[in-house]
Amino acid sequence: MLQNFIAPDLTPALPEIFLLSMACAILLLSAFTHRTRLIAALIGPLTQLTLVGCAVLTYLTMDTQTVLTFSNMFVDDLLGDFLKLILMVAVTTVLVYSRDYLAVRNLEKPEFYLLVLFATLGMMVMISASHLITVYLGLELLSLSLYALVAIDRDSSRATEAAMKYFILGALASGLLLYGMSMIYGATGTLEIGGIAQAIDNHAANSGLMIFGLVFLVAGIGFKLGAVPFHMWIPDVYQGAPTPMTLLIGSAPKLAAFAMTLRLLVYGLFDLAGHWQAMFMIMAVLSIALGNLAAIAQTNLKRMLGYSTISHMGFLLLALMSGVVGDDKHFALNAYSVAMYYVVAYVMMSLGSFGMILLLSRAGHEAENLDDFKGLNKRSPWFAAMMMIFMLSMAGIPFFVGFFAKFSVLLAAVDAGYLSLVIFAVIFSLIGAFYYLRVIKLMYFDPPIDTAPIEARLDMRVLLSANGIGVALFGLFPNMLMALCTATLIHSM
Amino acid sequence: MISLSHTLILAALLFTIGVVGIFLNRKNLIVLLMSIELMLLAVNINFVAFSHFLNDLAGQVFVLFTLTVAAAEAGIGLAILVVMFRNLSSIHVDDLDTLKG
Repeated sequence: MLQNFIAPDLTPALPEIFLLSMACAILLLSAFTHRTRLIAALIGPLTQLTLVGCAVLTYLTMDTQTVLTFSNMFVDDLLGDFLKLILMVAVTTVLVYSRDYLAVRNLEKPEFYLLVLFATLGMMVMISASHLITVYLGLELLSLSLYALVAIDRDSSRATEAAMKYFILGALASGLLLYGMSMIYGATGTLEIGGIAQAIDNHAANSGLMIFGLVFLVAGIGFKLGAVPFHMWIPDVYQGAPTPMTLLIGSAPKLAAFAMTLRLLVYGLFDLAGHWQAMFMIMAVLSIALGNLAAIAQTNLKRMLGYSTISHMGFLLLALMSGVVGDDKHFALNAYSVAMYYVVAYVMMSLGSFGMILLLSRAGHEAENLDDFKGLNKRSPWFAAMMMIFMLSMAGIPFFVGFFAKFSVLLAAVDAGYLSLVIFAVIFSLIGAFYYLRVIKLMYFDPPIDTAPIEARLDMRVLLSANGIGVALFGLFPNMLMALCTATLIHSM
Repeated sequence: MISLSHTLILAALLFTIGVVGIFLNRKNLIVLLMSIELMLLAVNINFVAFSHFLNDLAGQVFVLFTLTVAAAEAGIGLAILVVMFRNLSSIHVDDLDTLKG
């Protein structure tokens, strides 16, 4: 047996290997933090450096070739590389935004950086998965790190409650996903995503078992994305978790969840598109309606943004279900690139708006209620303008990135013939615009309640400003990002 | 002779007991952790059964990974439970109710 062993090609997984080695090195280093303060101060910058190094490695090894390695368990294609680059940018931004908040609350421990690194590794594995085992392991590495991160502020009963709820519902979701995977394995006899697609193509799969498994798979994906009726965890976790963890949960994992959806449903079960699109349709309608309606009633900004996430995920599902019409598959490329564009735009907006909450928070004060944003224009006109950009963009008002994201999703849905659904989505985004515009009204027309000056380090101010300007610029020139998304998918499908 | 459908029905029953346990249980969080474990183990039965009847080893390899992950998951769950008991002095499901809206 042993002479049959062929060493796998490690180069496609170079960024992941680098990240893992660095995470282990930092783990080792953190054992010595009690010796000198120097080592403790080193861990933050080292983590940042790791992420930058990982992004550079991803960029350098990027090409249009699709390479499978580790016995077809791991795929390195342009889609993966593109999503990983954005992932690195998002996680780096999260670290910059959260540093002051954590330092002031004595939470800036090595554990935080390590868990963020392992969560990032999990997301990278999810993005590059081409085998059900890799999908599952990546997902669990991400989820387990996130559960621990939410509970990192161990003296806060709110955070532990959020962590418990997140853990239970996350574990339930993994269970459903796993059950679906076992059924699909039983129906096709293989765990490789490419093999599953082939088995369905050759009519070698047991279709009853297949559909049964698909239902569980879609439910698991719905949980991870946070679409209604699997959304229960989102508002509680967003509100209860310390704001940097909310920022992390609300941004980067959406990229990974999107990649997982694409890998499982588009690469693996594309021939069953009619079935999963029907399920996505129900989830999209419910998410857009419930997300927008429930957000209106909120006074806590984090909870409000949680409900807004749900409605954004509804739009994402709307794009994903517009790929196949009957047997006609030539809308697929457009629909999936639009979905990718939507995810990237959403990650940018969500980073910015949670970043604003972190900017206004200081020792002993969480700026997470709507009242804390009252009169922001008088305290800092520049950052009030940034928050306005994020809110307008989320509401889908021209000409910000969120507008083109929503617009192209709706266009894709019209192409696929879902006209009534599009009208429904537009009406609910109009209702949704109310709660975004309310934030702007509070900032510009109400007297400030909290008059403390805004203190933040220079790097955070610069990055947050760049984030806001980016949202505005990508809105003015939407074609660049759109072309990038389309080109990426052309080479990887 | 035990057929594939027998094992699948057993696994489905165990899985359902796990899911129902999560939704019906209003008392103790440890029972919830047990329900989660039961769900994962039911899936393992599925994988082993398919692996045996398909003559394909990959399913059994998956089970080894799931078992490992389930252990890690239980570890994290219990850790959160301990932190929760320190903060709330209770592990009742009904006490998880401060976040609403």
